Amino acid sequence: MSEVIKNVACPYCGACCDDLVVTVENGKILEVQNACVIGTEIYHHASREGRVGSPRMRQPDGTYKDITYDEAIDYTARMLIKAKKPLIYGFGSTNCEGQAAAGRVAEEAGAVLDNCASICHGSSFLAIFDTGYPSCTLGEVKNRADVVIYWGSNAAHAHPRHMSRYGVFPRGFFTNKGHRGRKVITVDPRYTDTARCSDIFLQVKQGHDYDLFDAFRMVMRGYVDDVPEIVAGIPKEKILEVCDIIKMGRYVHIFFGMGLCHSDGRNHNVDIAINLVRDINEITKCTIMAMRGHYNIAGPGVVWSWQFGFPYCIDLSKGSHAHMNPGETSSVDLANRGEVDAFINIGTDAGAHFPIRSFEKLGSRVPMVTIDPSVNMAATVSDVHIPVAIVGVETGGICYRMDNVPIQYRAVVPPYNGILTDEELFNRILNRMLELKTEGIECDGKWEYAKPLPSLIPVKIEPEA
Amino acid sequence: MTEYIIKNGCVVDPTQGINSQKMDICIKDGKFVDKVSGAAKVIDASGKLVMAAGVDIHSHVAGPKVDMGRLFRPEDKLFRSPMRGKNTRMEMGFSVPSTTKTGYDYARLGFSFVMEAAMPPLEAAHVHEEIRDTPIIDEGAMPVLANNWFLLEYFKNGEIENAGAYASWILNATRGFALKCVNPGGTEAWGWGLNCITIHDKVPYFDITPAEIVAGLMETNEYLRLPHSVHVHANNLGNPGNYTTTLDTLKLAEGFAPNNDFGREQVMHHTHIQFHCYGGESFKSDSFESKSKEVMDYVNSRKKLTVDIGQVTLDETTTMTADGPFEYHLTHMNHLKWSNVDVELETAAGIVPFVYDPATFIAGAQWAIGLEIALFAKDKDRCFVTTDHPNAGPFWRYPRIYKWLLSAKARNDVIENQLKYGGKVIDRTYIGELADKEITLYELAQMTRSGVAKALGLKDMYGSLKTGLAANVAVYDIDPANLPSDPEQYEKAFGSCFAFFKDGILAVEDHEIVNYSMPKKTVWVNSIVPENKQVKRDIRDKFLHSYTIALDNYAVFDEHVHNPYAIKVDITS
Amino acid sequence: MNALHLNMVTQRAVEEGEAMEAGKTTQKYFDVCTVIEMNADDIKAMEIPPNAIVKVTSECGEVIVKAIIARQTCPRGLCHMRQSVWANQVVPPRTQSTGEPQYSGFPVTVEPALDARIVPAVELVQKACNKWNGKLLWPM
Repeated sequence: MSEVIKNVACPYCGACCDDLVVTVENGKILEVQNACVIGTEIYHHASREGRVGSPRMRQPDGTYKDITYDEAIDYTARMLIKAKKPLIYGFGSTNCEGQAAAGRVAEEAGAVLDNCASICHGSSFLAIFDTGYPSCTLGEVKNRADVVIYWGSNAAHAHPRHMSRYGVFPRGFFTNKGHRGRKVITVDPRYTDTARCSDIFLQVKQGHDYDLFDAFRMVMRGYVDDVPEIVAGIPKEKILEVCDIIKMGRYVHIFFGMGLCHSDGRNHNVDIAINLVRDINEITKCTIMAMRGHYNIAGPGVVWSWQFGFPYCIDLSKGSHAHMNPGETSSVDLANRGEVDAFINIGTDAGAHFPIRSFEKLGSRVPMVTIDPSVNMAATVSDVHIPVAIVGVETGGICYRMDNVPIQYRAVVPPYNGILTDEELFNRILNRMLELKTEGIECDGKWEYAKPLPSLIPVKIEPEA
Repeated sequence: MTEYIIKNGCVVDPTQGINSQKMDICIKDGKFVDKVSGAAKVIDASGKLVMAAGVDIHSHVAGPKVDMGRLFRPEDKLFRSPMRGKNTRMEMGFSVPSTTKTGYDYARLGFSFVMEAAMPPLEAAHVHEEIRDTPIIDEGAMPVLANNWFLLEYFKNGEIENAGAYASWILNATRGFALKCVNPGGTEAWGWGLNCITIHDKVPYFDITPAEIVAGLMETNEYLRLPHSVHVHANNLGNPGNYTTTLDTLKLAEGFAPNNDFGREQVMHHTHIQFHCYGGESFKSDSFESKSKEVMDYVNSRKKLTVDIGQVTLDETTTMTADGPFEYHLTHMNHLKWSNVDVELETAAGIVPFVYDPATFIAGAQWAIGLEIALFAKDKDRCFVTTDHPNAGPFWRYPRIYKWLLSAKARNDVIENQLKYGGKVIDRTYIGELADKEITLYELAQMTRSGVAKALGLKDMYGSLKTGLAANVAVYDIDPANLPSDPEQYEKAFGSCFAFFKDGILAVEDHEIVNYSMPKKTVWVNSIVPENKQVKRDIRDKFLHSYTIALDNYAVFDEHVHNPYAIKVDITS
Repeated sequence: MNALHLNMVTQRAVEEGEAMEAGKTTQKYFDVCTVIEMNADDIKAMEIPPNAIVKVTSECGEVIVKAIIARQTCPRGLCHMRQSVWANQVVPPRTQSTGEPQYSGFPVTVEPALDARIVPAVELVQKACNKWNGKLLWPM
């Protein structure tokens, strides 16, 4: 008998579409409706042959051997206690229950706790610390916005249903003409598929977003005459045309993405975007939103803010209080400087998404545990790989959409082979740590782990400075 | 089960008319009992004050805007958080503490119940997640409803039964406690960058006025026979001359009578009224003035009203409110960073850091106005101590406010030595008239315990030491028979209680947190109304066309509500 | 055949996202991520046919991929690699003290390397981490 489950929320991107219809039979997923191509793939992946059904440990010859959860948990707990400054990084693809449990583990371990925002919208956090965040929920855009700007964000690819559900096409309460009543402006150095769906495309010179924002601010503040004839590759008349559209709008909204955070200037690009929003508010209503990547990458920012007061890059190694200083306590910088002595990769893949020059310093030098449902790049070089249930497929929980609205996820099938959820796993790691501490295991920075293979092909790692 | 006896303490309990009597308090199986066996553990309270645990009627402690206040202010942590204790988890944050610090600090103050003041219904699950992670204290949360599209439409059409059916659905869906009203109509207007300043300004598109919204909410509230009254944050907050708006809003209560089985006598609770008692035309010291007397004269004359003060504590803090346009106004005044979240179909929120600098006239005047309200209040069972945490100051400053109220000396010391414009403050406010006035410990217990619990409709759960109630009780290092001559002793004693029991479990012993893992409750109101097909249809329709999440994912799932405690109110029988 | 100096951005593409969820050890992931997207005129200027194999070198590393005409048009002088194991072989780890590496806007040299081998993801990562034992344990 097949069963149809409705209103399922999708565990892919920050748009958190919660209208999926999933057909299951005997614990297998048969069909997914309404999801984008990426979301669909996640559900089918869960039912595919060859999934990892048990924790595994790396052997001296480079192969992997199945171990029990107890063994994997013991390994992880010992590693966390013995390490002086372990790094626990990831969490874009976990639920908030798992993130909260990880917070308790990290505090007990004196770890650095960081999430994927560190390499994604971390710059946005830095800008928000300085300037604030005049934002809204996505429904406000749907119901009110008549001018929508995608800046440095390729929603068509990174958030495939964002434009149809929220940004461009939906008919809302005060916007019942849908996209015909909305002016859509895309700013990007490439003519992306998002740009193709827009009324106006501004092909900004790569890395010069700040200049263009500055020109917009000058116009909003009345310094039209001082704007140069061309700014960041955009002619002045085009800038004035767009500014007129903004000024005539009833409700203007800016979505911004990695184009701002990953380019030169980083947080300064976001900072000036937010300041532009402040300026526009003098003229008409305007809000701004970061296009968060993973379905729950807003989650750790929210959860750890209530636990520790900081959204990311949280150094708990002092034991007495939490400390945040991106650049110092951020994962990539810690890796670059070789400053951590153990690494947990959870709900992300540092192996694939860190620059390899950063990741190799973790992967070749420190003991490493990967907690992830599937074999990813980090798992292929970890000492222990612990599979967990896929959120939104095999377990529920709360996840925060890109506008920080909590979305309640559902499980559509039971966990494969009875594997644990992130929350259960972290709770058991915590309990094991407390047991080991009472047994007298303490932090000494000494830890034996699976050594690199003796028969190595030489690779380039810069010598220690 | 463990038994305790708090021996020889000096007890103050207005619910039983006990005023500084030496007596023992017995606890067994989590409840107050008449006597315990000889095996009971003894807490020696001789020379100490024993009161029921405190109750907070209005505090922003959990939810999206509180958390944004934490997130966007790292400077609120740096050098401003205590070091981690022996038995406790890390505590971070000054004006917006982390959830652990919130729970611990309320326990140190001897509080057992805190009402989260504003829960956006769409984000209710977030509020409940934070409640789960806040140790020790019981909590409830009030869904924000005065700018809700459903209700604006029902009120416009005068459909109170429909409004009631919808409000009841919202209480159940969000696991909420009461109907909260913030800047009625003005926050919806903020969706277009506008505001409603008086109670007669029309709300754009919806063609309704704040006065109609407040009246509609009161009628709905009494129709539903809810434990708490409508909880109002009126229009025009924080502006000079706004006291007329405040009086206009308060007068709306005249047509209504309380209708409930919980002993509640008011039909409107006006919150943080300090921010609503300003005269004059500008913030200049030759114009701005206190109108606390005018407002409190009216409040004193009407039994159907309760208020809390929203006392300014002269700290650097973080303001946060569902009054979106007000925060926008504030960021233009102090030029500090500004966060905002407009919530679809429902409400909004703004967050701006703020420094109540004693070197400015305005902060001094605001400080005076809050205290005036407390001192002018004739019936202390209807006027409560709050800071509208963290808007006027952090809640853990309550002991300092107690000091200012219990000791005229402490108050005059601030005027003379801390305020730069103390003389001008005396000129422009009533604080000089009240120079000798002090409240008693009995009155303090009314303003922080018995009165609050009654106004919330929770007098049978909190704020009392009556036999049979859950044993929530605090012991302070104050001897009512021998009151301290140094007012600083009040602040010290109330800031770190000697002992505190939560549901009969010892949470604070000898000023230290000894247990924070006891069960804590989420108190909500399960409102039951006759089936209403139209409202069901309207709800389906709005979710189909306007909301961005599915109706089935809107109501908080049971698994996300921590240890729920439902108060059932059935109007169908 | 010529080498070109280009400005590189590495970002998400829907093809990459789909393949990533299918699995990073799959042939699909390999196929969609081992490409550098360039302006057609830049490819012409290199005097190579589209889909030719090239070597991309940055300040911190190099990688072998295929040069294709951009699915989403790049202006001349700009090139794009889909965020992936291959792109990250050349992404500079410098963060401008923000924690975020230079994923977008870094100089690369693209030169023809018609006979070079495109290396699978696992091999790249394991080699960098000194954990390559000479054979792929995860079939593609």
